[in-house]
Amino acid sequence: MANDTDLIHPRWVRLTHWINALAVVVLATSGWRIYDASPFFAFEIPREITLGGWLGGAIQWHFAAMWLLVGNGLIYLARNVISGRLWHKFFPLSPRAFFADLLAALKGSLSHADLSHYNMVQRAAYLFVMVDSVLLVLSGLVLWKSVQFPILRELLGGYEAARREHFLAMAALVAFAAIHLLMVALVPRTLLAMIRGR
Amino acid sequence: MIRKPSRQLAIDGDLVLKDATKEISRHLDQPTRRAFLQRSLSLGGLSLLSGCSVVDESSVENALMTVSRFNDKVQAWLFDPNRLAPTYPDSMITRPFPFNAYYGEDEIREVDETSYRLEVTGMVADKHAWTLAELRAMPQSDQITRHICVEGWSAIGKWGGVPFADFLRRVGADLSAKYVGFKCADDYYTSIDMPTALHPQTLLTLTYDSQPLPPRYGFPMKLRMPTKLGYKNPKHIQAIFVTNTYPGGYWEDQGYNWFGGS
Repeated sequence: MANDTDLIHPRWVRLTHWINALAVVVLATSGWRIYDASPFFAFEIPREITLGGWLGGAIQWHFAAMWLLVGNGLIYLARNVISGRLWHKFFPLSPRAFFADLLAALKGSLSHADLSHYNMVQRAAYLFVMVDSVLLVLSGLVLWKSVQFPILRELLGGYEAARREHFLAMAALVAFAAIHLLMVALVPRTLLAMIRGR
Repeated sequence: MIRKPSRQLAIDGDLVLKDATKEISRHLDQPTRRAFLQRSLSLGGLSLLSGCSVVDESSVENALMTVSRFNDKVQAWLFDPNRLAPTYPDSMITRPFPFNAYYGEDEIREVDETSYRLEVTGMVADKHAWTLAELRAMPQSDQITRHICVEGWSAIGKWGGVPFADFLRRVGADLSAKYVGFKCADDYYTSIDMPTALHPQTLLTLTYDSQPLPPRYGFPMKLRMPTKLGYKNPKHIQAIFVTNTYPGGYWEDQGYNWFGGS
């Protein structure tokens, strides 16, 4: 059995990754059904891709999966910070290097020889997802408990603003997931690494 | 979610059939309204996730219901009896304030003022039935607060009436009881926790925008709680009872979260 340091992704990263993936799929699809009950943009989400069947069912899914996302997310962030992984995997972050890597990625010349090393685009994207997920949770808290969390409510601009922020943060997360999946399809080894650890 | 309607069918087949017919015709008229019928597709999404339909639907529903009851407890714990919902100036009132019920506007109930009596039963000392005049004689207060619907939309309205805590003390309610239940003239019913019943902004509403509550907003009376979602705020209240036995609610029995707090 290989030592943790030989792995591209330690076991806890893989576990929290897949639990998070499950939570995000449930939350996004049930959230779409909740949005459809009272859409504030000029479109509705097609019912076929939503979860819960009706508003009450969707809310049950949403408010169950939220515990999974929050609990799992806290474990991930805590372990990331305490182990120091957050700093040595995702930093330093340089705008110049980011654009260089982005250009290389678009030209298809970015190296993926060492999957344990995150390039600048990956670092920025993964950090963005962490921040975006925190915003999703905070705006969700305002929607759920707008009276009980007055400071948070005012910080986010009130209940109605929080609805939009929650939706836009969801859209950003879904956009990330789409690009993320595309990248995995282009470099399938990364999927194996996230399953087996190497 | 799926089986609730058939369980009701066993209780009162004719009534449910009538309801369902109404529901279907309304659904055809307005496809965007929330629909009972879509409940039969409740786990379609899950089948997508699992790629098959062998998931035991009733055990999934039970698990979700268990989490919902756990969420009731979390919300009771988060609820601060002294924390007030924000209030707004007159200029921010949503006009017209939206009508919302489990039926359409053409089915709004008309309650006769002269024969109206509010029943008060259960764990209370004074069980006499109240007239509207008696209620109007009690000290009144008003509020301009945000009504948040479970569907997500919100609207600001102005309600006036008797602080519910005053009313409960006046009838000698056992304030250590767990629940206050409501039965309404439109066959709606719901129930709330005692701490919310005693919240300073919980109002036995008799007026809307300084006018007697119109039928569309629940004449003769609605319980207004800015600390709870819209479906927890019953209209056309006919009976109030204090109890330790969980009374459920119209939507709550179909899967909406019972505490429904905001």
